Amino acid sequence: MIRDHIASRRRNLDQSGFANGLSRRRLLQVGAAVGGGLMLSLSLPFPSHRAEAAVADEFAPNAFIRIGSDGRIILIMPYVEMGQGTYTSIPMLIAEELDVNLKQVQLEHAPPNEKLYANPLLGVQATGGSDALRGAWKPLREAGATARIMLVAAAAKRWDVDPKSCRAQDGEVAHVPTGRRLKYGELAAEAAKMPVPAGVTLKAPEDFKLIGTPAKRLDAPAKVNGTAVFGIDVHPPGVKVATLVQSPVFGGRVKNLDDTAAKAVKGVRQIVRLDDAISVVADHMGAAKKGLAALNIEWDDGPHAKLTTADVARELEQATLGSGAVAQNIGDADKALASVTTKIEAIYQAPFLAHATMEPMNCTVHFRKDACEIWIGSQAVARVQAMAAKAAGLPPEKVIVHNHLIGGGFGRRLEADGAVRAVEIAKHVDGPVKVVWTREEDIQHDMYRPYWFDRLSAGLDEQGRPVVWKNRFAGSSVIARWLPPGFKDGLDPDSTEGAIDLVYDLPNFRVEYVRLEPPGIPTAFWRSVGPSHNVFVTESFIDEMAAAAKQDAVAYRRALLDKSPRAKAVLDLAAEKAGWGQALPKGSGRGVSLQFVFGSYLAQVAEVEVSKEGTVRVRRVVCAVDCGTVVNPDTVQAQIQSGIIFGATAALYGEITLKNGRVEQTNFDTYQMLRMNQAPAIEVHIVKSAEPPGGLGESGTSAIVPAIANAIFAATGKRLRKMPVDASLLKQPV
Amino acid sequence: MAFTIKVNGQTHSVDVDGDTPLLWVLRDVLGMTGTKFGCGMALCGACTVHVDGVATRSCITPIDGIGNSAITTIEAIGATGAGARIQKAWLDREVVQCGYCQSGQIMSASALLASNPHPTDADIDDAMSGNICRCGTYVRIREAIKQAAQSAGQGG
Repeated sequence: MIRDHIASRRRNLDQSGFANGLSRRRLLQVGAAVGGGLMLSLSLPFPSHRAEAAVADEFAPNAFIRIGSDGRIILIMPYVEMGQGTYTSIPMLIAEELDVNLKQVQLEHAPPNEKLYANPLLGVQATGGSDALRGAWKPLREAGATARIMLVAAAAKRWDVDPKSCRAQDGEVAHVPTGRRLKYGELAAEAAKMPVPAGVTLKAPEDFKLIGTPAKRLDAPAKVNGTAVFGIDVHPPGVKVATLVQSPVFGGRVKNLDDTAAKAVKGVRQIVRLDDAISVVADHMGAAKKGLAALNIEWDDGPHAKLTTADVARELEQATLGSGAVAQNIGDADKALASVTTKIEAIYQAPFLAHATMEPMNCTVHFRKDACEIWIGSQAVARVQAMAAKAAGLPPEKVIVHNHLIGGGFGRRLEADGAVRAVEIAKHVDGPVKVVWTREEDIQHDMYRPYWFDRLSAGLDEQGRPVVWKNRFAGSSVIARWLPPGFKDGLDPDSTEGAIDLVYDLPNFRVEYVRLEPPGIPTAFWRSVGPSHNVFVTESFIDEMAAAAKQDAVAYRRALLDKSPRAKAVLDLAAEKAGWGQALPKGSGRGVSLQFVFGSYLAQVAEVEVSKEGTVRVRRVVCAVDCGTVVNPDTVQAQIQSGIIFGATAALYGEITLKNGRVEQTNFDTYQMLRMNQAPAIEVHIVKSAEPPGGLGESGTSAIVPAIANAIFAATGKRLRKMPVDASLLKQPV
Repeated sequence: MAFTIKVNGQTHSVDVDGDTPLLWVLRDVLGMTGTKFGCGMALCGACTVHVDGVATRSCITPIDGIGNSAITTIEAIGATGAGARIQKAWLDREVVQCGYCQSGQIMSASALLASNPHPTDADIDDAMSGNICRCGTYVRIREAIKQAAQSAGQGG
């Protein structure tokens, strides 16, 4: 996992500032950042505008809280909202310790500032890796507690009483013996002068008022009445709308361009020619798209003109025949394999996948000679600032980034390629320009979930119990590009998560990883990252072992879980709630999966129905989860429902293929999504736990893929070792 | 050429080519950004509006085909009985996640409820399967439509 492998980077962070409240000097820096206009507006219920910081009579004990003398309590969100509920669960953490209720707070996106807003688990200011709540769990509760202590101290000083005789509640400090009360706003100016406490004691779980209680999403009202502002919705005065076409083959260039017809389209203002892309700038997207269709472009396809997916798969397959970096080694796998009763070998493959966020890629840029202003919805706003600054030829502080609600992230918006592209175009445009990608560009110029090739072998003893497990797999390392210090000794903690540290007790276990970057296709994080393929592989493979041992898939797993009681508990719960073992109609089957990734335990049972034609319908999914302390139970439910639909979509349909160097899929007709009429019923059962919170935004996705594959095996006897489901392999002979 | 269209009860005159999709007139010319762009081919439903009460994909609806029809968008759907019930159910059931597709979902669901106050599961599938939600809120959308239908039955 990233967090362990980049601990050194984490240590380099200014933790005193992050975790324990900021010094006065730092506070002034925060104020300056705010006054510099980096804050952005959101629609209701967020503050509509914040032109300048009223630093003088404001209480801002750290980078996450501002309390104005006007009574406004503003929480600054270091993690972005992309549907996962952070804009509710993170405020809950602060509000719990600050002793305010959620109705009293307003939210602001944090500006780019790695020092103040880096996720302590990642070391960078980014929302990904199911890390937001885990990263925020301690520091943001401490931020709230620090502020509360200072407010109480200010009240005690004004009343000239012992702070211990005061209590904070619902945005007020009360003096218990006399019943006197002061609102936080009334104390703001004085609280700002109180010393920052050196250490704070956090509430015991039994004293939680908010954490663990279902809370309504703070972002919901604006999202049901059309007022929520996503990146694509910004409209700075005088903005033009542009769309673009990039070289259909990655690495190709524009050879010739005839834009006569495009220029004649009503509303088209300008054609921008870049080395490897053309953009049409217009009054509105309708004209831009019409102009784009009228372009006559000749491309030089470059070195990848003949590339196919099969080429990539062949290279990866070759890579798994050599040796790789050892990710985990227990016992002696080779020796053990030589003496087993039953040996099982298998090859698994997982395809390239596009993110297909519902909000297509977009970025608005106003480029001036000496400064640049950017409007975007980003999971990594500091990265956007840095990369846009480079593209603009400006120092980062001259690049102002306004972050917005995100219409689907899934890892796509951890990348800044869209911002860089928009800056490249904006450099040629007088005034602000909103660059909106068509769905076709969005799918054909995504940065893709890597293709993976896995070679496994295992051995069972006389009782059918696995005594050895070997896995060597090859694929792209996204971390090596995105966060180079995270790639070390040939290992990438993201790529191996879910392949190592299995919940099962295996005496001989060896996993090797071979990093191999595919030519001619960029890769990126994709919801559930390494586990998105590793859990498919490991949980399918153990199912193969159970089948080879002629044992029940749940019982087989259970026998290996004596050292992992939390895993056993979720497996038992999922099996019980799913009615594991009960008869199903012919052509139907149940499949199970079990995982510990992103700090959470998850078991799923999927029920599928396979038609005579081989089409698969997922009817029902039962999920049991132990994600430690639950902050917002409704978010847990929602995220698992979401992850299951996302993963089921990939399992049933997801595949990006290359032919002649071009991505073959273009829109939702060729890159299909699961729809309402195909969506399974989903049940989520939460195991109560007092452990620290685990991540959940991605867990549902990785767990469902093998659950479906195993259910198909149960229904048909066919083992699918390559995703997505190939109906032709399941078709019954006439 | 100039076209006169009626959106949410207000008349607007816009000077664009006749084949310009209504979506871009709403979003870029009139600045009504509640209606979303998702695919441009009527495959995802993010751009759904009502044209004379009928759920319509605005991304493939040319402006010259609208004539005197009344266009309703997410910004005004709350003023209709079905729309208000759907919006309330959406909040009660905590449907939204990223929220980007939800304008379109709400417009499709409101049109369904207005024409069919008590939809069956099959009716919901028929009306809603043209709307993609990448966050996978389908389970809750179904529950919310059922709740809204029930609240209509109670006179709400």
